[in-house]
Amino acid sequence: MSLLEIRNLHVTVGENEILKGIDLTVNAGEVHSIMGPNGSGKSTLAQVLARRDAYHVTEGSILFEGKDLLEMKPEEAACEGLFLAFQYPVEIPGIGNTYFLRSALNAQRKHRGQDEMDAMDFLPLFREKLKLLEMDDKLMNRSLNEGFSGGEKKRNEILQMAVLEPKLAILDETDSGLDIDALRIVAGGVNSLRSPERAMLVVTHYQRLLNYIVPDFVHVLVDGRIVRSGGKELALELEEKGYGWTEHDTRQPVGARA
Amino acid sequence: MRETAVATVEQLETWLENFTEFTKTAAGQKLPWLRQLREDAFARFCETGFPTTRDEDWRFTSVAAIARTAFRPASPAKLTDLASWRIEGVAAQLVFVNGRFARELSQLDGLPKGVTVASLRERIESHPEEVAAHLGRYADTQRDPFCALNTAFIGDGAYVHVARGVVVDAPICLLYLSTKEDAPTMTHPRNLIVAEDQSQVAVIEDYASVGGESVVFSNAVTELIAGESTVAQHYLIEREHLKAFNVQTLRIEQGRSANVASHSVLLGGGLVRNNVHPVLAGEGGECLINGLFMGTGRQHLDNYMHVEHAAPHCGSRQFYNGILDGQAHGVFHGRIVVHKVAQKTDAKQTNRNLLLSDDAQIDTKPQLEIYADDVKCTHGATIGQIEENALFYLQSRGISELEARKLLLMAFAEECVDRMHSTVAREHIARLVGQHLLFTGGITPQGGTGLVEERTLEEVG
Repeated sequence: MSLLEIRNLHVTVGENEILKGIDLTVNAGEVHSIMGPNGSGKSTLAQVLARRDAYHVTEGSILFEGKDLLEMKPEEAACEGLFLAFQYPVEIPGIGNTYFLRSALNAQRKHRGQDEMDAMDFLPLFREKLKLLEMDDKLMNRSLNEGFSGGEKKRNEILQMAVLEPKLAILDETDSGLDIDALRIVAGGVNSLRSPERAMLVVTHYQRLLNYIVPDFVHVLVDGRIVRSGGKELALELEEKGYGWTEHDTRQPVGARA
Repeated sequence: MRETAVATVEQLETWLENFTEFTKTAAGQKLPWLRQLREDAFARFCETGFPTTRDEDWRFTSVAAIARTAFRPASPAKLTDLASWRIEGVAAQLVFVNGRFARELSQLDGLPKGVTVASLRERIESHPEEVAAHLGRYADTQRDPFCALNTAFIGDGAYVHVARGVVVDAPICLLYLSTKEDAPTMTHPRNLIVAEDQSQVAVIEDYASVGGESVVFSNAVTELIAGESTVAQHYLIEREHLKAFNVQTLRIEQGRSANVASHSVLLGGGLVRNNVHPVLAGEGGECLINGLFMGTGRQHLDNYMHVEHAAPHCGSRQFYNGILDGQAHGVFHGRIVVHKVAQKTDAKQTNRNLLLSDDAQIDTKPQLEIYADDVKCTHGATIGQIEENALFYLQSRGISELEARKLLLMAFAEECVDRMHSTVAREHIARLVGQHLLFTGGITPQGGTGLVEERTLEEVG
């Protein structure tokens, strides 16, 4: 059984159809990259997978470990092992980083029938992951993402991922706005989590991140459809030729399907 | 329907009857100054009657339901078990049952030397001259009919006196309990808190109901006099049932360089009016006016601030946060008056509100009257809903929707709770607010009182 199976997924926001029939299979241990120009539907796909309800699925199905993901609320999907690293992490004043993360971990542990972790048990785990992402302890005493720089927010996303240890991690433009040092740290954090049990879906506009997180498969998303799939070399080809190339290349089959 | 500006003849007859009856047994009625104070105040009330919504100070709050009810004085009642009403760590707790001081339920030992805590009724009898020095000298009976009514019916309440330089670490708690009765009843608690120069004190006023719901009207006035360089904190907790009318006035008189904080937490009560009126009368005074109101069902929670800068170089900070659910109606009226002499005034006002349902309502109104020319006054108000982005973010990490809502509301409420200096008061209030969140925000739609209307989650936020 595949970890994630997306079949003929159609999604609308308001009147607009954003995803127009996506098929994608991700197995445990694989890293897939979704590339595409702005407005192609990459982030929509990420948000639908994380079960944001602003998106309306009109057709198709998503199975996560054989279970119907579309029946799940965001928290249920998270508890089943799905994680979204946000493109724009939200600042929440008044909720402490550490408290938040422990609450999230405990909600997931409870769902899995494990004992909740108290503050004393949580701290060593937390410290270890902070070190992995080269993050300052002091940040953690502050409110969730409040006053964090762009890079700190992105690192905080990967920190959460490292603590929650999901089965499927979706990284939504995690590279955008990062300088090269921060990018290395974030990529290092992500790579340390690669394992045969875990899969990743790396959504990005640029090929840059893929130099650090090397994917097994690359899919090109244009105007709500996957127009091309291939190995990591596809990303380089894209970098060289630009997205215009794929659009042109695939106009014919898309028209034929319609 | 047009509200009448003055009480009807019939209503006045009931009040006159009540007043006549009251003065027969009232404490210190033989003292000419006190008799005069009561009579003048009653006369003033008869002149004005209850306010109507045409009165600018009462524009958003109709007290017609109070005006048309014939209240009788609350009866004496005996209570035994107060364990659930105790606050851990307080220096003293004075308990009042239906407006009467209950010595047997109160804890008065262990106060430091120089601190006097007593029933006002007893203090009037035993030390009238001490009481006369302050009682009724600050509360505005001319402008506010409820203050006039309270003053006419000055009977019992708390008397707190802190001598010069004395520091009371833990807060002194005044617990006002009302019991269920067959007919509508009223109490007029009156508190006098005098903190002499360079002293430090915190007082918690806690209003609650026991033994079921009946129509009760608590009309309380507290005069807090803070001397030079005195640090005083006042906490108001309103957690009565939803049939309660509660009108509160806190009148603060601040001396030179005094630092006073007023913290209000309105959780209960059907119709609540919370007047906070500090007068910064000495140079260099600081005043923090901090509040949280959380309404659901058909609660009406009105906060009327009247901050008076009457001396130079004073600062005032107002922060009020409201969370309104159901058909609750909140009001924040922030009036700042800067007198001509009060140069270099720095006054700030912020009111933030969360509306959790389509039918909840907030009226927020700043009112600045500035007669000095070198001052800084700022005000701001926001009205919003629970942020969907924040909710989704929390849920996407595995936290349930209900828990996520609770976390977000608690964070919003804690902005106010965190401003409270006294650890004892802050922790107690944080606990109450946490429990109360179970009744607001659709977290347990059934609520504890039975009056909170059942609502589905879709209606929330």
